[in-house]
Amino acid sequence: MTVTPTEKAGRLTGRTTRRRAAEAVIRTLIYTAGLLSIVILLAIAVFLFVEARKSIAEVGLGTMLSGTQWFPTGTPRIFGFLPLIIGSLMVTGVALVVFVPVGIGAAVFISEFSAGWFKEVMKSVIEFMAAVPSVVYGFLGVAVLIPWVKATFGLTSGMTALTGGLVLGVMSLPTVISISEDALHAVPDALRQGSLALGNTRWQTIYKVVVPSASSGIFAGVMLGLGRAIGETMAVLMLTGNAAVIPTNVFESVRTMTGTIAAEMGEVVFGGLHYSVLFSVGLVLFGITFTINLAADLVLERQRKRWRR
Amino acid sequence: MSDRNRRARNARTVEAVMKVVTGACVALVVGAAVLILGKIVISGIPGISLEFLFSKPGMGMRAGGIFPIIVGTLMLVTLTAVLVLPLGIMAGIYLAEYAPKNIVTRIVRLSIANMAGVPSIVYGLFGLAVFVLLMQFGKSLLASALTLTCLTLPVIITSTEEALRQIPSDLRQAALALGATRWRAIYKVILPAAAPGIVTGSILGLSRAAGETAPILVTGAAFFLPRLPDSVFSQYMSLPYHLYVLATQVPNVPPEITWGTAFVLVAGVSIVSMIAGAWRSVQRRKVKW
Repeated sequence: MTVTPTEKAGRLTGRTTRRRAAEAVIRTLIYTAGLLSIVILLAIAVFLFVEARKSIAEVGLGTMLSGTQWFPTGTPRIFGFLPLIIGSLMVTGVALVVFVPVGIGAAVFISEFSAGWFKEVMKSVIEFMAAVPSVVYGFLGVAVLIPWVKATFGLTSGMTALTGGLVLGVMSLPTVISISEDALHAVPDALRQGSLALGNTRWQTIYKVVVPSASSGIFAGVMLGLGRAIGETMAVLMLTGNAAVIPTNVFESVRTMTGTIAAEMGEVVFGGLHYSVLFSVGLVLFGITFTINLAADLVLERQRKRWRR
Repeated sequence: MSDRNRRARNARTVEAVMKVVTGACVALVVGAAVLILGKIVISGIPGISLEFLFSKPGMGMRAGGIFPIIVGTLMLVTLTAVLVLPLGIMAGIYLAEYAPKNIVTRIVRLSIANMAGVPSIVYGLFGLAVFVLLMQFGKSLLASALTLTCLTLPVIITSTEEALRQIPSDLRQAALALGATRWRAIYKVILPAAAPGIVTGSILGLSRAAGETAPILVTGAAFFLPRLPDSVFSQYMSLPYHLYVLATQVPNVPPEITWGTAFVLVAGVSIVSMIAGAWRSVQRRKVKW
């Protein structure tokens, strides 16, 4: 069968039309998927609020946020978040003391003092630490750190804010180190060479030139580490003892916001007041981490623009 | 003159001291990693046997193996992969190939970065409200997988976009010059070239999802259910939740069972992600654009 030129052209345009149509369908799909992240983030906020509505109406957001007692199953039931918020802050504070100096120190060494092969090794080490699930950190804490804290500080129980905070500090290290190292790495070599040419030593160059230039990125790394520590659930649930009392020092047991949600959600009546209060805790948690992450992102964005030339 | 010498000497001393101080920080990090790995390997290996891996738990989880738990974890991760990969890869393609430089794209990027920092227990609450209760999937594999999909999405999107951006635009332009439509250029040329990066990024993201406990705790993981899930609507047992249960909820569990479970979890998650990471760097070195 012979094909006339017109038939051939007709077939070609048919194929082109089909492909154009497919293109349009796929473009729609891809645009939808692209916008999905905004939808999910909004949906999280909306549904936390919807489920928290009952508690906000019946207990009141102000009463919950300023309440100093947490007796969710007592009579009368008291839903005060302060013990939980202060518990979270105390554990995070201990973590901060661990991961800020160690994380930034390690990032400076890896970026400025070490050879290429060592950077690769450290990348694997950090990847491994980030890959270990939080429940495993919790379990190691239960097996190793709780007895150690108990014996070292002569306490009746090793389940303290200190124990949880130390483990959280280690867990946040990969985030802080990798982001700080990226920030240090992004500082143009011309700045280092300029400083060295003026007679500064390597260290003088680092703390007068490189670290200040990378400071916003390092700050963002610390912020993201902080966000990770506040939001971490399993390790603190397993290690802090979960006593819902406002703590006065790090050697006391604390109950965090995350631990409270995880521990109590299994025992509540779905749709009930306690259930709704736990969503309010989630809303507070979401608000805190959202703010921290947004601030860190904006800082990172500004830094990226700064060195883009 | 001597003053300047002293200053130079002091500066060198400070440098040496700071090298030791920052080196000590690295040593602490490496030490922690070695301790974690060493403790789990040394305490975990004695509990590992074929019987442990392939039998059901018995005597209130104080004896027997973890077979249903391993299978439950694999089913959960597979289902999550089926849900998250198409969405995440398409969103990655959007950002790398289609996204205009405007305020919407900026908000998309901010949302993705922010999603990565939302606490996992908050994803759990979201999954409970939406998938378990509102959509009435109940506490199930499906509800947990959908929750983990939301949690893993930012990782998959970011790694896909990064992999696509490393493909030089010559390839794209050559395909377009040959008359390919935009999608055909992506589908036939760019995606195959970026596949190694996308695959490893996805494996890394999914291995993190496999270790998550908090989100599945409230959306479907069973405390004890010594049989295999028979549909996506049934509950399941999972390694991370099982480890939590053994470590804190059940008294007098023989240590080799708890450590064995921890070993299987860490080995699964970290070996898979280390192989994926190593493969990616090999691929990167092999292909020079």
